[in-house]
Parts: sequence; structure tokens; C-alpha cells
Amino acid sequence: MQIFDVIVIGGGVIGGTVLRELTKYRLNVCLLEKEGDVCMGQSRANSGIVHAGYDAAEGTLKAKFNVAGNKMMFSYARELGVKCEQNGSFVVAFSQEELQTLYALKERGERNGVPFLEVVGAEKLRKYEPNVSSRAVGALYAPTGGTVCPYELTIAAIGNAMDNGAQLFCDFEVHAIEKNGDRFRVATRDGREVAGKLLINCAGLAAGAIANLAGDPSLHIGARKGEYLLLDRESGNLVSRTLFFTPTKAGKGILVSRTVDGNIILGPTAEETQSRLTETSAEGLSAIMRKAQEMCPDVPLYNTITSFAGVRAYSDRHDFIIEESKAVNGLIHCAGIESPGLTSAPAIAQYVAETLVGKHFALEKNASFCGARKSDRFFAELSVEEKNKLIARDPAFGKIVCRCEQVTEGEILHAIKSNPPARNIDAVKRRTRSGMGRCQGGFCQPHIAELIARELDIPLDEVTKSGRGSNLVAEACK
Amino acid sequence: MKTEYHVIIIGGGPAGLAAAVAAYDAGERDILILEREKKTGGILNQCIHNGFGLTRFRESLSGPEYAARYIDEVEKRNIEVWKETTVLSLSADKKVTAISAARGVFTLQARAVVLAMGCRERSRGALNIAGSRPAGIYSAGTAQKYVNMMGYLPGKNVVILGSGDIGLIMARRMTLEGAKVHAVCEIMPYSSGLKRNIAQCLDDFGIPLYLSHTITKIEGKDRVTGVVISEVDAEKRPIAGTERHFDCDTVLFSVGLIPENELTKGAGIALCRGTKGAEVYQNRETLVSGIFACGNVLQVHDLVDFVSEESETAGRAAAEYVRRGAQPRRTVAVKNGKNVTYVLPQRIDKNIGGDVKLFFRVSNTFHNCVIKAECGGKILAKRTKRVAAPGEMETLILKYSDIGGAEEEITVSLEEA
Repeated sequence: MQIFDVIVIGGGVIGGTVLRELTKYRLNVCLLEKEGDVCMGQSRANSGIVHAGYDAAEGTLKAKFNVAGNKMMFSYARELGVKCEQNGSFVVAFSQEELQTLYALKERGERNGVPFLEVVGAEKLRKYEPNVSSRAVGALYAPTGGTVCPYELTIAAIGNAMDNGAQLFCDFEVHAIEKNGDRFRVATRDGREVAGKLLINCAGLAAGAIANLAGDPSLHIGARKGEYLLLDRESGNLVSRTLFFTPTKAGKGILVSRTVDGNIILGPTAEETQSRLTETSAEGLSAIMRKAQEMCPDVPLYNTITSFAGVRAYSDRHDFIIEESKAVNGLIHCAGIESPGLTSAPAIAQYVAETLVGKHFALEKNASFCGARKSDRFFAELSVEEKNKLIARDPAFGKIVCRCEQVTEGEILHAIKSNPPARNIDAVKRRTRSGMGRCQGGFCQPHIAELIARELDIPLDEVTKSGRGSNLVAEACK
Repeated sequence: MKTEYHVIIIGGGPAGLAAAVAAYDAGERDILILEREKKTGGILNQCIHNGFGLTRFRESLSGPEYAARYIDEVEKRNIEVWKETTVLSLSADKKVTAISAARGVFTLQARAVVLAMGCRERSRGALNIAGSRPAGIYSAGTAQKYVNMMGYLPGKNVVILGSGDIGLIMARRMTLEGAKVHAVCEIMPYSSGLKRNIAQCLDDFGIPLYLSHTITKIEGKDRVTGVVISEVDAEKRPIAGTERHFDCDTVLFSVGLIPENELTKGAGIALCRGTKGAEVYQNRETLVSGIFACGNVLQVHDLVDFVSEESETAGRAAAEYVRRGAQPRRTVAVKNGKNVTYVLPQRIDKNIGGDVKLFFRVSNTFHNCVIKAECGGKILAKRTKRVAAPGEMETLILKYSDIGGAEEEITVSLEEA
């Protein structure tokens, strides 16, 4: 059985950034992920917003880590080769009453430490965002807001941690946790085990269950589903910044935003759920369409390329839980990390490593740590000369596999081989964007399936869409 | 490496091949076909069923056989073809930037360009069907590739949405490979597929076709486990209470084809709303001088035979453009009128000689109707039809002698008797 200093449970953005942070020190660390790939939960299906920090109430962990995370995020993402953009955001008011709410939000933001907030009139708003509804009366402008690709960030943080020595165990669903003396033993149902001195619970929706297994019944995690629509990049100029509705008692409402890849994203709905299935619903999708049209009457809904849903965890404390368990020494919780969890991740990770893990270990710098990582999707960014040099060395970079997103075979092979290795179609897709374009993989999926089969040396009927049970084909034709 | 060509043809499917042969036969010798796949022939290569070529060759060929006829003609003429070469961008001044393993990233200058990129299938995502996103959801063409090219059966219990031709063909194909096709749903009250395919692919195998039905939910976490279908009203909205559940492991979508015009748009060529392809003159020249378009990138055809015919027009015109350069035009617009969704060509240049064949589609199924082309109250061409349906492309021929006198726009319409 392998023994680690720290075991992180959960390969989402929190687990990933915590893992990476720990590799900055001389610690032996690993990550346990129940699915066949990392970033399979809420970190892969959210709005991808870097929030400025005016939403959360003063004094909450949400406010603290949001503002700190916002300041870190853009350099953090860039170091990892992850697309991000500090393009600002607007909270749009459609009535005088909502306008008053914006002033309150601005004050709250300023108390939280958010810089440069400004309430602007309709004219200025429309100058920035010509497609916003003419019914808008003003907006709160937050220039420090932005966007980041949440799954790229998660994958890159974990990949970089692995490059720096962390170990990843996929398909490792924690079934039992035992503590003997100062050591945790963590086991799967089929008897695989690892041991470690510290256990960091970043299990998202399963954080309550993990805490229970470890002997701490204090976490109560609920689930909320958010549905989204995604529009073709062709419509990417609809907005240049993220547009939020003014929050009401019913919540923040949906947003209209441009992703770092140039798609327009609309959503999310917010629906309490027990099932935790990421299903979209006809009602949810039509509600998004209706609200998006309120914000931008010309939103080109005909250019929809896909819809999806994420299920988010929240705690009954309605704030982040980032603390060592009071019941179990050495068990650290990062739980109830709902929005603005993505923005907060780098700051949470730093706090967890320096303060919570630092309480147990004398942290020594890992002198060989290298924080830089190259994205799996790097080819398009190169100059023509660099591209040709690369193609001359490796002809796979001269073959376009995904025509809609212009992804090369070289990039797909890179994703299959580099940390964390992509072992199925969706894993390749999250790393390279293959299949994310307007044809949604219609042309490239069979080709990518062949590449995966070849590289993993498995028959094609064992290639999956997204892990166990999701085989692409039934059988070889007779 | 040679970087200038008279005619560059983007796409080596049936459209590109026919255009190349026609350009050659019109006297042009400096032709290059750029093809992204390992072999030319395009989507025909995976269409192993027969029925191709009935119009053109008066015999029933399989897709690969039909393609082979044109591939042979291209080879006989020694026309240059660069395979595994993907065009990345096209500019209005006819610079073509492409990538291949053999040549890297490179830019060529053409005098004339023929767009022959074909089309893609509409995906599930574009339809906003609620539910989960498990494995087992394919466009019909992707399933066809798995079965016919790679030798794998995508699933064993199938529900198909859309009764376009590929969907119908795949219903039969999956059945022949041992799958059970439980239903084909069509949201419209009529099928957009060819009548012969409904008879040969569904009726002969006892596969039920549910008209005015759509899939309202897809179920399954890892792999599809079932779907819910519902009847729809006249506005295509699901009718509550009509839900019906099918257990299945596979859902195929055959819900329309979209011309692949990303390069076209990049060159600043406006698209026609009805065809989703470029607007063209009768010689298939777009509004950017020297750039031509043909085949399914221009308008989605019912039969490859018509693709070949149209592409020959474009190929000949490209050769002539190289020889003579841009010529002055006398333009008259062609518009779709009552009960017609689009007409192609959208413009007629009176300076180009010859009769003009108008292609168009009607908006619904009509019985005992008259289709006609008019100009300023004068009927230029008309035909009576016992049945006209959106699934079958209609044509009318305008006589050269009539075109000369047309001063206002020409309108094509359908009147019910």
C-alpha cells in the first residue's frame, strides 16, 4: 500500500488547485477521483466566471476568498496555459428599484475590497454592450470581473501537480476510511488502498458522505442543478463582458456571457435536486431562453450548439467550509464550495496549504517545483514558422482531426499521453476542444476513438465516451 | 512548392471531382483539388447502399462506385489532388491557406476558387432536446461511419429522430446488422426523405414511422437507456399526455444537413437564408468575383446526380473565368414567392448565354398544384404537379429567349389548384 503525506479526495477545481499547491512543498501527495477522468463534477459544468467579489456578504469566507482569488486568478491561469480574460462584468438593472440594489451591491463590494466598481447609466452600458436590452436603466460595472475555462483550469492544475510529483488515482471511489493512530487508510470497494497522514475532503457533492466515512457527521451538503445553453462562436460578438441580472430574493438569475473560447453561454437555472443527475429539462431550457431574450432581445438562439447541466453542492451553512474537522484530527474539509468557488480556488488552495496543512507539517519549499504548463491545445497559438517546425518534427500536427475547432492529431495524442492522461472521448474533448464545435463531434468522434484505441492498445468497442459504462459502440459487426 | 494555381477546388467529394473534370474539359489545365480525407469521394465512400446514378448513368450504383467514376476521370486527366490537406481559411482575393502533414501550413494564390466543401449534419445540441448526455447519441452519418467504414455496430436498440434520407438508410442498415429499430420519429407531418427510401428502408422492414412526433427526453447516465417521444401540435410543440417511452441504447439524429460555409463566410461571402449557402448566379459564381460554389455547400441536394450536374456548371465557369476574367453583368434577381422556401440561382446574369434551370423547394406537401416562374405579371415557365413535397427538389427551366426581356425580379411560386 502506498503511503502519502496528504491524500486529496476529489478531482475538481478545489481538489486540483489544493493538490498543485501542496506540490510546491516537499510533501508526498496524491489525488483520489471516483470517475475515469478528473473534472467530472461541478467544475466541468458551470459559468466559468471570475467574479469580482461584490455578491457575498461582508465577513463571509465567500467574500474573503472571492476577492483574494480574483486577484490571483489571471496570473494563475496564465502560468498554467489556461485561457482567461479580465473583460469585466455588468450587473444590469431594469427598474429604479433594481438600480438602488446596484448601489447597495457597490457598497458591499467596496467593503469586501473590490476595486473600481462603478454604477453606470443606460447610455454608457449600451456603449459598452450595444446588444443589451433597451429596457435596461443602468448597471454596476466591475472591471476586475472576467472569465476562465473551468475544466481547463482544473485539468491544468492537476496535470501540473502530477508533473511536480503528485499521483493521481482515477476510478477510485472511496468506500471506506479508517484512522489508525495518525494515519488514514482509504479504500475502494474492490480493495484498493492508500494511506496518508492528512485527508483533504474536496469531494463536492460527496463531501458529506466522505466526512461521514471518516467519522465526522457534521457536514450537510445539498445539491442545486443549473442548466445552460451554449451558442456557436459565430455569435460570440453578442456581448463582450458578462451580463448579470440584478439579484433578487430568488437568487442571482441567469447570465449572458462570452466564454474564453468565444461561445456565448446562457444560464444557469437553479433548481434543488435530489437525483444529482445532470439532465436538462424542457422547462429549464425555455426559461433560459426567455430570460436571455430579456437581457439581449437579439440573442441568436438559433445558433445553439448544445445544452448541458451541472449539479452544484452547497452546505447548510451557506458559506464555504474550509477548516479542519472538529471531530477527526487531520481531516480537512473544503466543502460547500458553491459560487464563487471557481474564482476562489487559488486563494482557498493557498490557505489550505499554508495554514491548514502547515499546522501539521513544517512546510519546506520544493526547490524543483515548476508551475508552468503547456495547454494541450497550443497549436493554434503558434506562428506559422513554429507550426511548420513542429509539423516537420511530428507530422501528426499537420493533420486536422476536429475540423470545427481545428484541432490537430498531434494535440489529441498529446492529451492522451500527458498529465493527467485523457482516456476517453470527453476527456480528450475537455483538453483539446475536439468535438466542441458546431458539428458536436459528428465528424471527428470516430477518428478520435481510433486514436484512443491505438494509444491505449484496446479494441474500439472498449473506448468510452466518458468512462465506465459509456462505451461508444455495442460490438463489432458480424 | 508551386504556390499559384489557376483553379483551386476546395473539397474532393462528388462536387469537387465533377467541377475539376468539367474545368479540365473546358480547357483548363492548372487545377488543384484540396481534400481533407485520405481519399477523395467524400461522404459517398460510406454510402454503401445503392441507388446512386439512376439519373446520371441510368444505372443503380453504390456510393463508392459512383465516386469511383469521377475519381477515375480525375486520374485520367492527371488533375493534381492534395489529400489529407485541410483548408484553414480563404480570403476574398482568393488566397487559400491550408495545412497538411506533408506540406505544413501554406498559402496558395488562386485565380478562381470552387467551393465544394459539402455539408454537415445538424446535431442533437441544436435541437435543445432535454435530458442527459450519455454515450449512444449519434447523428445518422456518424453511425453510418461506425458501421460501414469501421465495422462496429453503435447499438442494438435504436430510436431515430428525423426521417431524412440518411436516417431512413440507417434504419435499414442497423436492422440488417442485427439491431432493432423501434421507431423513426418525424416532427413534421410529412417525411423529408425520398419516397422510395420510406418504402425500401422502413415499410419493407416493418419499422414504424411516427409523423408529427419528436423526442422530448433522452434518459441514461453512462449510456442511453431510453427516450420519451411525444406527438406535436401544428406549432411543433409537444402535446402533453401523448408521451410514449421506448427502452433503447441508441438514438440517431437525422434532422437536416447544414452546408459547411465557414470558409465562405471567412471570405466575406454573404449567405442566403433559404439555402444557408452562398448566393450565386446561374454559373454558380458567388458575389465575390472568381469564387464559385457547387454541391451541398451551396444547396443540400436530394441526389448526388444533381450535385454532379451543378458542379460541372461551376467547373466550366471557373475555367472560363480564368480565361476571360470578370465580365460585365446584367443582373436580374430571382426570389421565392408563395409556398416556396428558396430558389437557386438567386441571380441571373443576362449576359451569360443559355437557358437557366431554377432549383427550389416548396414549403409543405401540396396536391394538384402549379409551380411557376413569373416576371412582372408574365409567366416565364410553369408546370402542374400532382404532388409536390419539401423532400423533393423542384425545377423549372427558363428559356434564354425569355430571360432577355426580364426587367424586374423573377418570382417562383406554387399555387394550389
